[in-house]
Amino acid sequence: MTHLLIAPVVLPALVAPLIIMALRHHVDLQRVFSIASCVLLTVISLALTAQAADGTVQVYELGNWQAPFGIVLVLDRLSALMVLLTSVLGLAVVLYTVGSGWDQRGANFHALFQFQLMGIMGAFLTGDAFNLFVFFEVLLIASYGLMIHGGGTRRFQAGVQYVVYNLIGSSLFLFALGTIYAVTGTLNMADIALRVAELPASDTAILRVGAIMLLLVFAIKSALLPLHFWLPASYANAPLPVAALFAIMTKVGAYAILRMYTLVFSPDVPATAGLMDSWLLPAALMTAAIGAIGVLGSREIGRLVAFGAIASVGTLLTAISLFTPESAAAAIYYVVHSTLTAAALFLIADMVMERQSGDIAPQPVMAQSGLISALFFVAAIAMAGMPPLSGFLGKLLVLDAARDHALAPWVWAVILVSSLVTLLGLARAGTAIFWKSHGLETRVGQLAATPQSAPSTALTFVAVIGLLILLAVYTVASGPVMRYAEATAADLFDRNTYLKTVLANRDRPVGKDNKDSSPKQDKQSEETH
Amino acid sequence: MELLVASAIGVLTAAGIYLILRRRTFPVILGLSLLTYGVNIFLFATGRLITGAPPILNKYADITYADPLPQALVLTAIVISFGMTAVVVMIALAAYLSARDDNINMTNTTEAGEEA
Repeated sequence: MTHLLIAPVVLPALVAPLIIMALRHHVDLQRVFSIASCVLLTVISLALTAQAADGTVQVYELGNWQAPFGIVLVLDRLSALMVLLTSVLGLAVVLYTVGSGWDQRGANFHALFQFQLMGIMGAFLTGDAFNLFVFFEVLLIASYGLMIHGGGTRRFQAGVQYVVYNLIGSSLFLFALGTIYAVTGTLNMADIALRVAELPASDTAILRVGAIMLLLVFAIKSALLPLHFWLPASYANAPLPVAALFAIMTKVGAYAILRMYTLVFSPDVPATAGLMDSWLLPAALMTAAIGAIGVLGSREIGRLVAFGAIASVGTLLTAISLFTPESAAAAIYYVVHSTLTAAALFLIADMVMERQSGDIAPQPVMAQSGLISALFFVAAIAMAGMPPLSGFLGKLLVLDAARDHALAPWVWAVILVSSLVTLLGLARAGTAIFWKSHGLETRVGQLAATPQSAPSTALTFVAVIGLLILLAVYTVASGPVMRYAEATAADLFDRNTYLKTVLANRDRPVGKDNKDSSPKQDKQSEETH
Repeated sequence: MELLVASAIGVLTAAGIYLILRRRTFPVILGLSLLTYGVNIFLFATGRLITGAPPILNKYADITYADPLPQALVLTAIVISFGMTAVVVMIALAAYLSARDDNINMTNTTEAGEEA
């Protein structure tokens, strides 16, 4: 058992208190530590991804308690990829906030940011359902702080809505976990999976209730259609760099759906049969449609990107709910693309907001208008799913995976039309903000004489251009990435390796002599791994 | 006892949901608290209702024991909901003080918010 596996959780958990307690009055040191932590996280997660790439499942037993009794962290291909994605995103966002000075517009930004990363990493790595709840709470409570960072009436009001919505979600999560525990008597995901398979028929009804409540919780997190109301107001009123980090939060919900409903409640379990086809898929399609309509109808650039994020979640959950290895591979390919794209667009929207009011309407030309409009153009192409960037490939993969499904015509129609509508919305916004402004300048003339001084430093452009270059690299590397995604999807649907590895030590003796013999057990477990 | 616990969970949850649907932030926060109380009692019940039994296994005698895991879960849930309630109270207070209005709906205060 290597300790590298827990490093993505421990590192931010150590850096955050250090920043609060020792570095409270040292702005530069805070920034240095925060960026260093993100760089280190990226290196660690690269190493973890390299370890997981050959298909081995690693288990980290906290406190050396074996799996069904203690909490485990599990690293497989899917969690490794998500951890890598999170750390790369975190690095880009922290560079942007330092560059734009957002981190100094309120207290404790960097500490909250590190706690947020810790929660997200933990949610991706944990193999225990209740621990998943705890990490959700960690990432949520940090996100409450980040959401209202900088203050302002609108932001506080949006913050209240966001917190209340998520607290309801947390209560529902506890209800769901309680129900599942009452039926199965365990909270370890792998163990639940085994128990669910051999449950008597009399218990399937209550288990189904638990599974549906759990699905609702993850649907709230991922902003699935009837439960998406919190997202536009929250993201548009949060500091936009923070919204860029939040781009991964909806994906936490999507990840949890993918993980729980392949590992525990797979479609062949009678308790949850038909859940995906009859509920999740139509809801996901409507989410994609509403997101696209929202993009077209938005009047502010923040809301525009927020609805774009909803549309991408819709596409992602469509792929997940088709529930075949091909569609899961498409979803895994698409999740990286959509997270990076949404984050890049949020950061670009913030660049616009720093220079203008943020309304999608012609306004005096902003500083560095040419460069920002070029960045917006590239990111919009990626968001709408146009070639040559990876959004096109991702959507193509989803469409291809849907080919044999009964609802295939619906999937094709909704995804294609919503892509077109998104494209129209983004084109309209780009035209209004970047092109018509020049017309305004020539007509009015005097306003343009005072273009605002450039508020952003070079670091903000480094962050955004870095994200866009990463997207381009991702597109070029689609072959290897797709092989990785297909292997991941195969792992998800053939869960035996996961179950065996996690529960390998379940028969190791426990009892009163556990403490005395723990050094010996350490040796044993090192030999077995 | 089953009836008592079940109706307590039901009443707390129902009252909580009713209050959450109110328009002002204070009843909503109260509703959230009631909902978390309901959840906590529910979590207790998931380990089956047993009175007067120790939460430990005894390998020498086959006696009934209370499931200790839900108790640990409830403890975690209480701590988390306590912290969350404190956070939401502070944010709601900040929103009220800066908007001079504790309506949970944002649309009515748009103009006031734009000026602030």
